Amino acid sequence: MNRSKNYLNQLEDEAIYILRETAAQFEKPALLFSGGKDSIVLVHLALKAFRPGKFPFPLVHIDTGHNFPEAIEFRDYLVNKIGEKLIVGSVEESIKKYNLKETQGRFPSRNSLQTYTLLDTIQENEFDTCIGGARRDEEKARAKERIFSVRDDFGQWDPKLQRPELWDILNGKIQKGHNVRVFPISNWTELDVWNYILQNEIELPGLYFSHDRECIVHQDKLVATSKFIQPLPEDTVTVEKVRYRTVGDMTCTAAVPSTASTVQEIIDEIIVTRISERGQTRLDDQLSEAAMEDRKKQGYF
Amino acid sequence: MNTLKFITAGNVDDGKSTLIGRLLYDSDSIHTDQLGVLQKQTKQEGVDIDLSLITDGLRAEREQGITIDVAYKYFSTGKRKFIIADAPGHEQYTRNMITGASNSDLIIILVDARKGVTVQTKRHASVGSLMGIKKAIIAVNKIDLEDYSEEVFTKIKSDFEKIKGNLGYDEIAYIPISALNGDNIVTKSERTPWFEGDALLTTLEHIETPARDLQASRFQVQWVIRPKDEEHHDYRGYAGQVLSGNYKVGDKVKVLPSGIETSIEKIERHQKETEEARAGENVVIHLANDIDISRGDTLVKTTELPHSSNELKSWICWLDTTPLQTGKTYILQHRFKTARVKIQSIDQKWDINQWEFNQTNEIKLNDIGQISLRSNQPIFYDSFEDNPKNGNAILIDETTYNTVGALMFL
Repeated sequence: MNRSKNYLNQLEDEAIYILRETAAQFEKPALLFSGGKDSIVLVHLALKAFRPGKFPFPLVHIDTGHNFPEAIEFRDYLVNKIGEKLIVGSVEESIKKYNLKETQGRFPSRNSLQTYTLLDTIQENEFDTCIGGARRDEEKARAKERIFSVRDDFGQWDPKLQRPELWDILNGKIQKGHNVRVFPISNWTELDVWNYILQNEIELPGLYFSHDRECIVHQDKLVATSKFIQPLPEDTVTVEKVRYRTVGDMTCTAAVPSTASTVQEIIDEIIVTRISERGQTRLDDQLSEAAMEDRKKQGYF
Repeated sequence: MNTLKFITAGNVDDGKSTLIGRLLYDSDSIHTDQLGVLQKQTKQEGVDIDLSLITDGLRAEREQGITIDVAYKYFSTGKRKFIIADAPGHEQYTRNMITGASNSDLIIILVDARKGVTVQTKRHASVGSLMGIKKAIIAVNKIDLEDYSEEVFTKIKSDFEKIKGNLGYDEIAYIPISALNGDNIVTKSERTPWFEGDALLTTLEHIETPARDLQASRFQVQWVIRPKDEEHHDYRGYAGQVLSGNYKVGDKVKVLPSGIETSIEKIERHQKETEEARAGENVVIHLANDIDISRGDTLVKTTELPHSSNELKSWICWLDTTPLQTGKTYILQHRFKTARVKIQSIDQKWDINQWEFNQTNEIKLNDIGQISLRSNQPIFYDSFEDNPKNGNAILIDETTYNTVGALMFL
C-alpha cells in the first residue's frame, strides 16, 4: 500500500500531535479503551507519541458487562504486553448502585447506562480529559465535534456552545469540574483505520476476521446468539461465516457476512461495500434520527 | 497520495449544498443506507434524489434547534483524499467560516451565474485570503440558467480579476459549473465546449498545496520525554512537530528564550533514528549539550532567527459575543507557549463588505481588525504572511477560558 503511505503519515502526525498536546495541557487525562479497532489504533499512536517514556495517562475501560469475551481477552492481553495501567469502570456496579432500570426489549442496549459509569469513573479518578477513538465520518453528530470538545459538570455536550478551533492550536483551558473529550483520529475514515492497521501490522481481536458463528436474523441484520440473546421459537438459527465491522455490546452489534480472513481482504471488502459502518452493524443508532446526538448531550462519549 | 483540505464558501442559494452533495455522490461516498434516508426525504417530482439534502441532513438537526457549526466531510478519489470543511456562508457566521478556513488549503467560492460577483463574493474571498489560503477556485454555478453562456462566464471572470489584486491568492481557477446537472463537476461538460480548463474534481486532484519545508526552520518543544528508568537513564528527548523547514543531525541550533547555542546530536522518528526531520513530522530531537529546556521553548537554526518581541501588531478576527476590550489582559496561546497580553490599542477595523479600513475603538463578534498588544514575555514569531504556522495564535479569555480571538501577526 505504498500509495497510501503519504496520507496515512499525515493522519498519524496529526494524531500524535493531539495526544502530546493532551498530555501537556491537562493534569489528569485518561485514554478510553474498549478493545475495539479504533481504540487499539489510539494505543498504538500513544506508543509512538510517548515511548520510550510511559504513557502519561491510564487506559480506562467502561465495561458494560455485555462485551464480547474475545474483546475483553484482547484488552487484557494488550495492556499486559505494553505494561501500562488499566482502570475498569463497571456498568453492572452502576446499575446496582443507582438502582438503574435496563432498557426493555430483545436487544437491550446499555449505551445510555454507560454514561453513569463513565461520569462516575471520571469523578472518582478526577480525570479532566478523556481521549477517545471517535471519528467524524461515523455519524452526523460526530461530524461536528471539535478535536478538544468541552463537556460541562454533567458531562453534557452543547453543540451550540462549541469553542472555535483555529488552525491546529488546541485550547485546553477549562473551568473546574468541566471535562474535555479529545478525538485524535477525528479526521480518519473507516478505511484509513484499516489501512493504518495494515501498514503498521497492528494486532486485533479475532472477532474482526471471518469466523463461524451461530446467528439469528433481526431486521436484515445478523445477530449472534449468546447468553444475552437467546433465540425465540420463531427465529431461524444458522451458523454463518461472519466478521465484525465494529465491536460494541453483544446485544446491539450486528455481524456482517464475510469470508475476509486478513486485513487486506477486509480492506478489499470495505472498498466495495455500499453500506456504512454504523448502518450495517448498530442496532442502537437506528432508534431515532438523532440517537447518537441525544446520547452525547447526556454525557455519552 | 496526499490530502487536500478545502472550504466551500457561498450563500445558501448559491448552491453550496448541492455542490457538496454532488461531489460526495459522484465520488461514491454516500452509502446506500444513507441514500435510502435521503430518497425518502426527496420530495421533488421526477427527481430520484435531492443532492442538497446530503448536507441538509444536518440542517434537519438545525430545525430541532441546534446551530450548525462547521461539519467535516470526507471523500477520496484514486488520486487524492479530500476533507471538506462545510461552514455556513452567512455574514453572521463569519466566525464559523474563519474556523473552517483556518484549516483549509483551498477555497471554492461559489458565484451565482445570474448574479455575478457580489458583496458576498468579495467577503468570502477576503476571509479566505486573510486566513492565509493561497489557492482559490471561482466556481460559476448555475451556468445552465444562463444558457451555458461564455459571455456570462467571461464577465464574472474579468470582474473577479479586477478585485483579486488586493488579495493574496497565488493561484485562481475559474470553472463554469452546474452543480444540479453535474456540468464540469466530475467530467467536462459538452454543453460548455468553449471552456478550456479542467472539471472541478480534476482541478482539486491536481492543485498543489504550499510547501512548508521551503520556509525558515521552526521547532517548538511540545513534550519532553524523560523516562528516568534503568534502561533510559540519560534519555532526554524533545518531542514536537516540525512547524516548517527541516532539521538535520549536526545542525547548529539556538534555543529560545535562553539564547544558548548547541547542535542536534540525534533525531528520532517513532523510536527509529533518522538523519532529517521535515515540516509536519513528529520527531524527538536530542541536543549535544545538556540544557534545561521545557515545553514552549523554540529551537531554530542560528542562521534563521525569528522575530522576538514583547510588542506585537496583529490582525484579529473576533469570535466571542463579548467585545474585545482595550486595556484588558488576555491569554495568548502561540503554539505551545502561553503568555499574558494586554491589548494596547485597536488600530483599524476592516469593513470587508465595503473594503474599507476604519478608525474604531470597538471590535465585536465577527469583526476583523488590526490591534497592538504587549506581552509579559518575548514571543518568538514570524509574520503570518511569511510563515503562517509560526505566525498565528489565539486569544483566550482569562475568566471564561473561551477562545475569543484569532491572531495573525504582522
